[in-house]
Amino acid sequence: MNSVYQRRRIINRMVMTLCVAAAAFGILWLLMILGTLMFKGAAALSPDVFLERTKMSGGGLGNAILGSLIMTALATVVGTVIGVAAGTWLAEYGTKSRLASTVRFINDVLLSAPSIIIGLFVYAVMVLPMGHFSGWAGVAALAVIIIPVVIRATEDMLKLVPNTLREAASALGAHRWWVVTKVCYGGARAGIITGILLGCARVSGETAPLLFTSLNSNQWNFFDMDSEMPNLPMTLYQNMTINSFIPRQVELAWAGALILTAAVLALNIIARIISSRRSKG
Amino acid sequence: MNFSREGSMSARINESTLQATTSPVNSVAAAKLKVEELNFYYGNFQALKNITMEVPANQVTAFIGPSGCGKSTMLRCFNRIHDLYPGLRTEGQILLDGQDINDRKIDINLLRSRIGMVFQKPTPFPMSVFDNIAFGVKLYERLSARDMEERVEWALKKAALWEEVKDKLKQSGQALSGGQQQRLCIARTIAVKPEVILLDEPTSALDPISTGYIEDLVNELKADYTIVIVTHNMQQAARVSDVTAFMYLGELIECDETTRIFTQPAHKRTEDYITGRYG
Ligand SMILES: Nc1ncnc2c1ncn2[C@@H]1O[C@H](COP(=O)(O)OP(=O)(O)OP(=O)(O)O)[C@@H](O)[C@H]1O
Ligand SMILES: [Mg+2]
Repeated sequence: MNSVYQRRRIINRMVMTLCVAAAAFGILWLLMILGTLMFKGAAALSPDVFLERTKMSGGGLGNAILGSLIMTALATVVGTVIGVAAGTWLAEYGTKSRLASTVRFINDVLLSAPSIIIGLFVYAVMVLPMGHFSGWAGVAALAVIIIPVVIRATEDMLKLVPNTLREAASALGAHRWWVVTKVCYGGARAGIITGILLGCARVSGETAPLLFTSLNSNQWNFFDMDSEMPNLPMTLYQNMTINSFIPRQVELAWAGALILTAAVLALNIIARIISSRRSKG
Repeated sequence: MNFSREGSMSARINESTLQATTSPVNSVAAAKLKVEELNFYYGNFQALKNITMEVPANQVTAFIGPSGCGKSTMLRCFNRIHDLYPGLRTEGQILLDGQDINDRKIDINLLRSRIGMVFQKPTPFPMSVFDNIAFGVKLYERLSARDMEERVEWALKKAALWEEVKDKLKQSGQALSGGQQQRLCIARTIAVKPEVILLDEPTSALDPISTGYIEDLVNELKADYTIVIVTHNMQQAARVSDVTAFMYLGELIECDETTRIFTQPAHKRTEDYITGRYG
């Protein structure tokens, strides 16, 4: 009896130590990444970074930041509309139908599809027929990445809404559609918003799908969605590779990396706050 | 349980005895709901077997019986909540004021607005207390903001909740206590002014005080509404109901004036169940 207990205690301790070590190892890398970014990126930050466009020498990242904002925002809007609609159908209407399980399967595949494949796909169906790279193509590629995330979040969150609530709303004489939009969305809202924000965070740093779609540009582009769209991730990549012989470009790349990380971090934190509020409510 | 409640309980049984003798059920009261040869199936499992009975208007009808005997199933037939799920089947008829509720021509949402239901577990919607009540009202009535406020207040007062929530109307309905949530659900049901109110074990999760409120409310409501209540509490059935229906394994064993069921039941099973000799 006593020896059994002793053994359990020892095993317990060993496992605990391993877990803590693994967690510390992971966090260490994260802290190092953040530290490097802060160190190298903060040094290069200045108003010019936000106000000037990218140039061969000097300049800033203003156009790239704006382009990224435009494309991410539009992709999020498109992804939200389509994703929430599809997720609602899966959770509330299709549920066990054949079509629904097919959609669910394809959605799971899309969720884990490499983003470069999605970029290639949009290149084939939009860029080639149109004959040129465009902001729209970039938006489409990013939206295709967000949609499955939002579908999943919407379906999962709606499924968490207890059936008793649907019954109660129906018992008052509410139509199905009313039950879903007024009652179920109310219960699932925080979770769905969290999903959308996480999807948004994910695409804001995507580079691969933009390679063949929006391309990049060193000009300002104010909502001319039909032409090439400057963006932060690709600028960062180019500055660090082909332009890395120019010290200012490398500096700007670090600044861009810091801005991007800060944006993703902020989105994640907001998502966290919203979802923790839900669990309290 | 607290003693004063026990005391008032026996007093109330006497009261309802008096009431029942002065207004006999089957002679005067017209049937609001008529159930005719009702069979109900969950897939292959038959949960209700050939049930025929009447629910008198402006009276309280109680369903009692052991767990799993089909009381909830019966209640849910009355407002066709079963329709939300596939694979469930109803045979026979339920007439509301003489009209078959399973008729194809019946608008199911309209039907449900006439037959309200309160569930065993409180089901406040994820919205404010005010909106919880306004939700159902908005479905079928277009009220000015002023009228809506009045209606909400009226419903909350009827459900004996107004005093407790009048300063919390903007707060989430899910932040109320369990008993308050249940009264909120009752208020929500009353607010749409249905003709029939179905209560499925409305007090099973409540303390004696909240239970008392709800029982008083049921007594008060029957002037305007027809009420059907499911309960596991014999005293409660005796206290609040005019008619009691005893169910057993999906069958309706007997249905009669509450006083008769509790004093001289026609069937041995009913007697055994009521006296707690149920085995
Ligand atoms: N969704 C369902 N699918 C299959 N069978 C069901 C379903 N719901 C209930 N039943 C069965 O139908 C029978 C009647 O159930 P019902 O819920 O009406 O009982 P009840 O009298 O309300 O019991 P309780 O007092 O425990 O609430 C039970 O045997 C139960 O197992
Ligand atoms: Mg039940």
